[in-house]
Amino acid sequence: MTNTSPATKADTSKLETESRNATKAQLAEFWYYFSQNKGAVVGLVVFALLVLTAIFAPLLAPHDPDFQYRDSFLVPPFWEEGGKAAFLLGTDAVGRDILSRLIFGARLSLLVGVMVVTIALTGGIVVGVVAGYMRGAVDTFIMRIMDIILAFPSLLLALVLVAILGPGLINAMIAIAIVLQPHFVRLTRAAVLTERSRDYVVAAKVAGAGHMRLMFKTILPNCLAPLIVQATLSFSNAILDAAALGFLGMGAQPPTPEWGTMLAEAREFILRAWWVVTFPGLAILITVLAINLVGDGLRDALDPKLKRS
Amino acid sequence: MSLLEIRNLRVEFDTAKGPFRALDGVDYAVDAGEVLAIVGESGSGKSVAMLATMGLLPDSATITADKMEFEGLDLRTLTTKERRKVIGRDISMIFQEPIASLNPCFTVGFQLGETLKTHTELKGRQIKDRVVELLTSVGIPDPSGRLNAFPHQMSGGQCQRVMIAMAIACSPKLLIADEPTTALDVTIQKQILDLLVRLQQDSGMGLIMITHDMGVVAETADRVIVQYKGRKMEEADVLSLFENPQNPYTKALLSALPENATGDRLPTVSDFAEAGGF
Amino acid sequence: MSDDVILKVRDVYRTYDIKGGMFKKASRLTAVKGVSLDVERGSTLAVVGESGCGKSTLARMLTMIDAQTSGTIEIDGLPIDISKTGISKEMRQKVQIVFQNPYGSLNPRQKIGHVLEEPLLLNTDMPAAERRDLALQMLEKVGLQPEHYGRYPHMFSGGQRQRIAIARAIMMKPKLLVLDEPVSALDLSVQAQILNLLADLQEEMNLTYVFISHDLSVVRYIADKVMVMYFGEVVEYGTRDEVFDNPQHDYTKTLFAATPRADVDSIRKRLAARAA
Repeated sequence: MTNTSPATKADTSKLETESRNATKAQLAEFWYYFSQNKGAVVGLVVFALLVLTAIFAPLLAPHDPDFQYRDSFLVPPFWEEGGKAAFLLGTDAVGRDILSRLIFGARLSLLVGVMVVTIALTGGIVVGVVAGYMRGAVDTFIMRIMDIILAFPSLLLALVLVAILGPGLINAMIAIAIVLQPHFVRLTRAAVLTERSRDYVVAAKVAGAGHMRLMFKTILPNCLAPLIVQATLSFSNAILDAAALGFLGMGAQPPTPEWGTMLAEAREFILRAWWVVTFPGLAILITVLAINLVGDGLRDALDPKLKRS
Repeated sequence: MSLLEIRNLRVEFDTAKGPFRALDGVDYAVDAGEVLAIVGESGSGKSVAMLATMGLLPDSATITADKMEFEGLDLRTLTTKERRKVIGRDISMIFQEPIASLNPCFTVGFQLGETLKTHTELKGRQIKDRVVELLTSVGIPDPSGRLNAFPHQMSGGQCQRVMIAMAIACSPKLLIADEPTTALDVTIQKQILDLLVRLQQDSGMGLIMITHDMGVVAETADRVIVQYKGRKMEEADVLSLFENPQNPYTKALLSALPENATGDRLPTVSDFAEAGGF
Repeated sequence: MSDDVILKVRDVYRTYDIKGGMFKKASRLTAVKGVSLDVERGSTLAVVGESGCGKSTLARMLTMIDAQTSGTIEIDGLPIDISKTGISKEMRQKVQIVFQNPYGSLNPRQKIGHVLEEPLLLNTDMPAAERRDLALQMLEKVGLQPEHYGRYPHMFSGGQRQRIAIARAIMMKPKLLVLDEPVSALDLSVQAQILNLLADLQEEMNLTYVFISHDLSVVRYIADKVMVMYFGEVVEYGTRDEVFDNPQHDYTKTLFAATPRADVDSIRKRLAARAA
């Protein structure tokens, strides 16, 4: 064996570029398959706009979302008769600008999505990996608990949890996360079960990897594809559930400009002022649709079965 | 006239990295009663040609050929429906993974019966008799008892026998076997190869063996086509190919066989690639 | 030279308990029945048999993936019984394994450099720079380029991946390497390259191989000693020439008879028989 280090011969920086190129190629391939799905690209654009709106809400919103214009209750959108150019999408029953409230509402909805998915995903992954890796009694115990959670209608369970924890956006998020968690647990466990008997896991074991390393460093990265897809779909689910809880008065409390809460406040004006219900409803619809489309595209790009055909 | 004749076949796949040419202008011809072996390593396009003939390639594949005829019937212009009539009855195919090729939800007898129902006029009792007859001819012990067995209750070798029975159910004129013994043990491989050759001789059908194994070629073929990276390297009858290979790639392949090893090291294909320039 | 025996296996059994279900009684399957063998340092023992004969179970016991049910295994003077003593780092450095399928044995999300460094990271206190140097040396040794260090497994062909798997196995400089059908998933021309590589490495590092295979032509080429297994039992055990020239057991004879022959005389004979 030679004693000269090949690292000195081969330029270290060259190695790093090579390594970066490999990562880039991986991303390029991912993007190729993702962009094949036109709907997903549209969804991604819409979602990106939504994120930008949320970030720059104070700059974009024409009015303070909580300020009540006493002289303009239930002003219709600007193109309707009696509409004012100052309130593009009209005002609600206490004279707040609907557009501004929707723009600020985007922040809450995205916050709900991110928080809920983070909590549910982290918990679900840890519990699912442990169940799938350990098998036996641990597995049975965990999965039976998850089955019990899944046996409740999800919104009902969320309602019960909120009732226990007390109404409010934070508690609603926790409740929704708990309700969504079993899906992640199941998915993770299934993926871990198929991966754990693969040769590369055995090889890592022979190399001396401990349980923790095997579970989270060797197996987990190979189970992420279905989880990412599920996470996007849960993101939209969380927004829907939060809106539903808001609508039922158990989520965000007035005057928070949360889309579901806005719907709830507008309930009594459905017949008189269509705009107070339509626009928050549309906002929810578009957001959820966009995210679902992105999830669909992710599935196309990440599912190895579709890819290698 | 050849049973199957294909001239200048090209197949291209659309991939993330642009079009990939899997086959580049290859001719095939097989006569009735002949065993043609197509031999090559992975990436040689040996399976692609026959999948193209059968119309089994995905939509991302573009197939062009100057001629593609089965018994004078132009396969290129067939509609899906007409093609289905020919395929399965006159041309049939068996694959590498016997257990995966059978539907795990149905019994062996039922699956064989379905094939017969689709392609023949047989009815009820006749079908069952024919199924038992077929299973007997492929050497399954206790055929009438095996009718109600599910694929998972049988060994890999037995599943491959059932696949063969299914393939010859309608007395095809051409049987294409794509690596039929690669997943099987050596002793089972021997039995399956013997069975295929016996059936071929009895019925006088054409047989195309797609394989990577020179041993299988030597044991079964009349004529051999050697492929490499989508192109035909050599075509010869089996004896002259092994006795006196013309193409440097064929020479390389044959000398890479461990049983032909002379010195301490095995010559590899790349040793020849430098000298032969293919 | 009995003192230079590196692997000593005595009367090893491995049984699996098959759990009973509602309609099925619990049963017991014996995968390996009383296997004994000795392998001398620097030599190659080939284990031949068909699927289900217990050869892979044997490999898993030798590489400490599974424990034996009874019997003793001794590698380089170190007794191996992981169900009682667990696995120490010292034991791990003695023996490594190369799997059959190069597509399944590398973690798809791990770059090659990390694949090679993992054993060092887990078993030694080597600093990162030194690990990388060793990994690069190893890449060169198995016939790959330094720029392969940062790539993912799916960017390599089957043969290259098998080189990587071999490199990983010898990173810790083991004494014994168990090769579980290392070339049977590979193309013929690549197979030759890998067999050559294995021969070179054996010479250079004085490695001992336990080579598991079903391909008799490969075994004949590479082995010093041959062991034939049939349903968990050893039916034939001897030097290569003894076994190939004068097989004793019926099963070995069947196995030889079934192996396809690719020589001109056999083809001539077959064609003559066919014409008749």
